[in-house]
Amino acid sequence: MDEALVRSEGLGKSFGGVPVLQNLDFAIGRGEILGLVGENGAGKSTLMKILAGIHRADRGSFTLEGRTCDFRSPAEARRAGVSLVPQEFNLVEDLSVEENVFLGSELLGPGGLVDRRTMRAKATRLLAELKAEVGPDARIARLSAARKQLVEVAKALAFDARLLIMDEPTTVLTRREIASLFALVRRLRSEGMTVVYISHKLDEVKELCDRLLVLRDGVLVHEAATKDIETHEIAARMVGRELREIFPPKAGPGAEISNPPLLELRGLSSPPGFAEVSFSLRRGEILGLAGLMGAGRSEVAEALMGLRPSAGAILLEGSAFRPSSPREAVASGLGYLSEDRQGSGVLTAFSLAHNVTLTSLPAYARTLGLVDFRREEGAARRWIERFGIKASSIAQRLENLSGGNQQKVSLAKTLDAAPKVLIVDEPTRGVDVAAKQEIYRFLAELAAEGTAILLVSSELEEILGMCTRVVVMREGRVAGELSGGGLDERAIMYLATGVGEGSAA
Amino acid sequence: MKTVAERLRSLDKERWAAFVALAVLVVVSSLLSPYFLTPRNLLNIMRQVSYTGLIALGMTFVITAGGIDLSVGSLAAFAGSLGVVAMNRATQAGFDPIWGVIVALLVTTLVATGGGFANGLLVAKAGIAPFIVTLGTMAIFRSLSLYMGEAGEFRSENQLFGDIGSGDLLGVPIPVLVLLAAAALLSVLYNRTRFGRYVKAVGSNARVARYSAIDVDRVRLLTYVLVGLMVGVSTVLIAMRFNSVGSSTLGINYELDAIAAVIIGGTAMTGGRGTVWGTIVGALTLGVINNMLNMVGISPYLQGTVKGLVIIGAVFVQRRRN
Repeated sequence: MDEALVRSEGLGKSFGGVPVLQNLDFAIGRGEILGLVGENGAGKSTLMKILAGIHRADRGSFTLEGRTCDFRSPAEARRAGVSLVPQEFNLVEDLSVEENVFLGSELLGPGGLVDRRTMRAKATRLLAELKAEVGPDARIARLSAARKQLVEVAKALAFDARLLIMDEPTTVLTRREIASLFALVRRLRSEGMTVVYISHKLDEVKELCDRLLVLRDGVLVHEAATKDIETHEIAARMVGRELREIFPPKAGPGAEISNPPLLELRGLSSPPGFAEVSFSLRRGEILGLAGLMGAGRSEVAEALMGLRPSAGAILLEGSAFRPSSPREAVASGLGYLSEDRQGSGVLTAFSLAHNVTLTSLPAYARTLGLVDFRREEGAARRWIERFGIKASSIAQRLENLSGGNQQKVSLAKTLDAAPKVLIVDEPTRGVDVAAKQEIYRFLAELAAEGTAILLVSSELEEILGMCTRVVVMREGRVAGELSGGGLDERAIMYLATGVGEGSAA
Repeated sequence: MKTVAERLRSLDKERWAAFVALAVLVVVSSLLSPYFLTPRNLLNIMRQVSYTGLIALGMTFVITAGGIDLSVGSLAAFAGSLGVVAMNRATQAGFDPIWGVIVALLVTTLVATGGGFANGLLVAKAGIAPFIVTLGTMAIFRSLSLYMGEAGEFRSENQLFGDIGSGDLLGVPIPVLVLLAAAALLSVLYNRTRFGRYVKAVGSNARVARYSAIDVDRVRLLTYVLVGLMVGVSTVLIAMRFNSVGSSTLGINYELDAIAAVIIGGTAMTGGRGTVWGTIVGALTLGVINNMLNMVGISPYLQGTVKGLVIIGAVFVQRRRN
């Protein structure tokens, strides 16, 4: 008997003539946790989508338990025992947790009616195992991103999966949630489950996985046991060169300290999201806005962009400012990179060029609102070059680009309107190391050019690497502000969780 | 520079599917009847489709932005009734016939544009689903025109009005010229202007559009104003053609023909993308089908069946492409 669960031979796939995967030979052992790493566009997601029946390979084949497979639909793959937890949520917002878990594979009782009791019991048990703290009746629309993620995992586990594929599962989870997810994955392994774990977080891969595969430009470039390889080597294999510093050198508290505040919040409130938030942001500064999920960080960003009503004072360059729509905010010089890329960042059906100029289109319009196509194309080309966006042409539709490249386009779209204040919310979510490094470099360059940047992030490393001053939020309020010597990971966690403070009180 | 082959490849296939279908239809029709390809018959088809074709052009924008307008036929009757009434008042007051025509033109287009504005306000500002809003106004506009005309006809007392309606320029009927001019203008609006880009962005994903500093409500509102304006233009032409407006007959099934033309032409029912010239092709396709069925002597009562099948077929092809 073959000791491998999955074995592939010469697997290949192209999109629109562009090869995404080339001639892949690999094996996935039974009961192992296999890490799959690579840059954006390296082909990780495409490969897993082939295994899970979402795409079909153009070339080559793979076997599952010795049998050749060519899944034509995710349902077929699921019946064969392959389940995928996708990176972007794939849940029906209006249905309950239980209905989503069994969506498309409802359990039937006598007479062909859905067997709600069994489904409910099973969903409840699964959610309890995941420590999801959510009932089967809850509507998806009301759940936080972290809970939705757990529902996705529950959905994948609801049937007897033998191969569980997780695509960037921890991007929206807090540390505690990540720890319990890891415990769960390890327990599944001990019960004989095989897991493929796709992640950009190399530390996580190193911690969790037994073995890893490195993809670069659709080709398998390295294969190793995780105990034999260090994270910096993994990163180097991914990009094909040595990665030194992910973060650009901080200019340090320099000239910008003496700049007058460009944006100032005084007792800004927007119940139930946040209350009494005050801080200021100077020209040329990167201010961190840290906190756990649900602490109200994104809500502050939304209030600044006119996406939610607020009370209290906002001062922009010293004068009162209260946008009632993103249009007003942008017209006043604000720019916003939303954390929800596909939901509110880019139009996947639009071309790259049309996405880049979506916000700044008035600047490209001549008399009668006619768009100057040549200038528009010129702008798109400049951003492709500046951000190293991988696309076949400026006319390429965004749905054919990888997540990291979409994120760069989303950032280009925001920056093409030349904002004075840039608010970036989780700018590197679902983005690989090299793209991350580039995005950090762009942000540092922008700050050096005088842009005031508010960096909203749940990744402490990112906050610490980029900011000299950090505002920490907890439960909708500012828990404290850190800078200089007082700024470190422990201090942020201290403020974010409130642990320690309570015992002192 | 792109080569010709590259340009051809980059063209949307859906843009050409409707053209190809129409071409096939024309070939089949000309084989079925020697009369089909005569200039008179072709111009006749074009005139017949020009009235709903104009409305379909406006409807292209509404559907691309993710909306729908069911009230266009009723609005035509309402606006046309008021236009003829106003014109007759002007004639009775002793004004020149030409002033009567201008009054009819202004009143009809203003009322129709205002009707579109009302639809747009209810959709964009009050946030009611377009299907519901226009279902409601469809009933309201029709009922108002029936009430005014007691379900009868408003006859024009202005001979010049009717003369213009049957007039032509170099042998081409005036409604056809208006249709082609409107298509050319609106194609530029759709493909080359900010507004056109915003219409597609709103239909593609309204949330992304809003986050991208686009005034989504205004864009939606303007698409309904535009279709209202096109209803006005169309109504003036058709009222001229008959030199009267039937309060119970004008505009019946216009919404179906207009929506069908848009969909057959390749505009996505889900919004986000479409083509203006495709809509003209869609309207012509419906006209050619009617003409052909008449010529081969198929009962007019069965024409709706054929039309229905073509609409469903067009959406089916569209769905398979996605």
